[in-house]
Amino acid sequence: MADRPITYREALSSALREEMRRDERVFIMGEEVGVWGGTYAVTRGFLEEFGAKRVRDTPISEMAIVGAAVGAAMYGVRPIAELMTINFAFVAMDAIVNSMAKVRYMFNGQYTVPMVIRTTTGGGKQLGATHSHAPEPIFAHFPGYYVAVPGTAYDAKGMLKASIRDDNPVMFVEHSTMLQRRSEVPDDEDFVLPIGKGDIKREGSDVTIVTYQKGLEYSLIAADELAKDGIEAEIVDLRWLRPLDIDIVIESFKKTNRCVVVEESLPMYNVGAEIAAQIQLHAFDYMDAPVQRVAAMDIPLPYAGKIEAMALPSPEKIIAAVKEVV
Amino acid sequence: MAKPNKDTLLDWYRQMVLIRRFEERCAELYQQGYIGGFLHLYIGQEATGVGAVNALRKEDHVITAYRDHGIALARGLDVNAVMAEMLGKRTGTSGGKGGSMHLADRDLHMWGGYGIVGGHLPLAAGIALAAQYQEKDEVVLALMGDGSTNIGYFHEALNLSAVWKLPVVWLIENNQYGMGTAVERASGAKELNRRAMAYSSEDGSGMKQGPRIDGMDVIAVHEALSEAVEYARSNGPILVESLTYRLEGHSMGDPQRYRTKEEVEGFQASGPIGRFREYLLENYKSVDDAALDRIDAAVLEQVNEAVAFAQASDDPTFEDLISHVYVD
Ligand SMILES: Cc1ncc(C[n+]2csc(CCOP(=O)(O)OP(=O)(O)O)c2C)c(N)n1
Ligand SMILES: [Mg+2]
Repeated sequence: MADRPITYREALSSALREEMRRDERVFIMGEEVGVWGGTYAVTRGFLEEFGAKRVRDTPISEMAIVGAAVGAAMYGVRPIAELMTINFAFVAMDAIVNSMAKVRYMFNGQYTVPMVIRTTTGGGKQLGATHSHAPEPIFAHFPGYYVAVPGTAYDAKGMLKASIRDDNPVMFVEHSTMLQRRSEVPDDEDFVLPIGKGDIKREGSDVTIVTYQKGLEYSLIAADELAKDGIEAEIVDLRWLRPLDIDIVIESFKKTNRCVVVEESLPMYNVGAEIAAQIQLHAFDYMDAPVQRVAAMDIPLPYAGKIEAMALPSPEKIIAAVKEVV
Repeated sequence: MAKPNKDTLLDWYRQMVLIRRFEERCAELYQQGYIGGFLHLYIGQEATGVGAVNALRKEDHVITAYRDHGIALARGLDVNAVMAEMLGKRTGTSGGKGGSMHLADRDLHMWGGYGIVGGHLPLAAGIALAAQYQEKDEVVLALMGDGSTNIGYFHEALNLSAVWKLPVVWLIENNQYGMGTAVERASGAKELNRRAMAYSSEDGSGMKQGPRIDGMDVIAVHEALSEAVEYARSNGPILVESLTYRLEGHSMGDPQRYRTKEEVEGFQASGPIGRFREYLLENYKSVDDAALDRIDAAVLEQVNEAVAFAQASDDPTFEDLISHVYVD
């Protein structure tokens, strides 16, 4: 069937709608998902179509939203629990880490937890220090569930459908500033992307940029600029922080011998640290330069737009980092 | 509700003695180094666990915190497998990967013991939600300690259950202390069943405030919980408080500086098993000391066998170590 460009938001909505139509056991629970239509309008019209049993507004109770989803998933249904933004996931951290991630293991496989946590990440919207985190690497620290970080409408749709269909818990992290981005998405109800597979978003031979989401958007801009100077960057979109597709990174690195990791999270103990460590371990003989990292500055984000932007990654910072390694 | 017959009562007696003997053996095995980690004994609380769990139907559900041995045994988990779990053996209920705090049996709808205070409370709500969603006529019994009523999970889970009219019996096992902190030093409400008021309305909607019961009297517990379970099945959540007492330390190696020996001895004298034994002897002509002693002896043998089974069982393997992190 013909592909048509849709927005990242439409990709999310259609993935949810299709999966709810396909499987009665799938339902949504979270703050403002029903009557309001979703804080980011992703579930607009869902209450009307699916009713209050399957589109469940909850109190402001992040611990209970995640914990109840875990219990429900253990007993045969497939909840999609929405945490309005990832900033509020800290409140649910114990339910995520100690319950969602562990009930399968600690009871030796007796329970399966087929659930998805949908949430949004990202700064750059002048929301101040508490509402601007991009802390998804923290959530990727723990075994027992997957972490999805789609950066295009195409990926958002195929990855969300894969997450809903999978029997493992998935923390599905959407980027709040990318909801209007468009891309071609197959018009196919069974369009599902494989879990844990990264994607080459641009081919090149001079440097590997490993990134996701906002970093992907900026890296594509930076790569066009770099091409004008004759530097061809290969862009690896991780798409999943867990499982981590380290193979695609190493393969690209063996070709380019240089790497820059770009992400919006804080600079310490982040994705860049992991990728750099794995590259030196798996491809030491191929290294022509130290791995460079572009991340947010090591400070809370301020309100004022001018200085907030200074703290975040940008195409300029990526270009500068690439020029350090080539 | 029909009064339990003699055989039923004798079976509760058996379960209570089984828990007591099991726990005593666990304490020994811990001292001898066979059991590691934390060990939270259920000694003193047997009447609450047995009375409550036996109020459930087979298809109903039970979930609890880390003080879970008594609940698991009352629910009928295989004694050998529970003991093997204590010893960290492959034949244990969780293959040796859970330990004392994490006993579960999916088939028996015993959803496990959980180690983070209050962490299992939203799971209980979720299991009830799944039952309601799938139009099953089932109730979840969620047990918790008095201490867990002070964590945010308690508030969020109970409130959610009231909003969604979930079929949950919330049962607080008030054993007077959370570790070394007495209830009145940690809770604005001394009567913990009153917490239900926070989730109920003047018109009677929302959470039902259930009774405060004598948790040392297995018959009283069973009667109150049977009513609560049927209330939950037809109407939604109810909160019950059982007054009980932990006769041993919080876990092994607790110096118990927070209470006096006299206090503990007072409760020992009126312990739930002795009380129930006297009740049976007084009320049933056909029950005599010899009959009860026979039950005691059979239970002791069962526990000994469980220890032998556990000790003879294999340790988990490297394969076990790395399995069940994900669904493959
Ligand atoms: C969130 C959390 N905080 C602290 C602890 C440590 N802790 C374990 S048991 C316990 C006391 C709980 O008391 P209560 O709920 O009354 O249960 P009881 O041990 O009396 O059965 C504490 C503080 C924990 N496991 N989880
Ligand atoms: Mg207590």
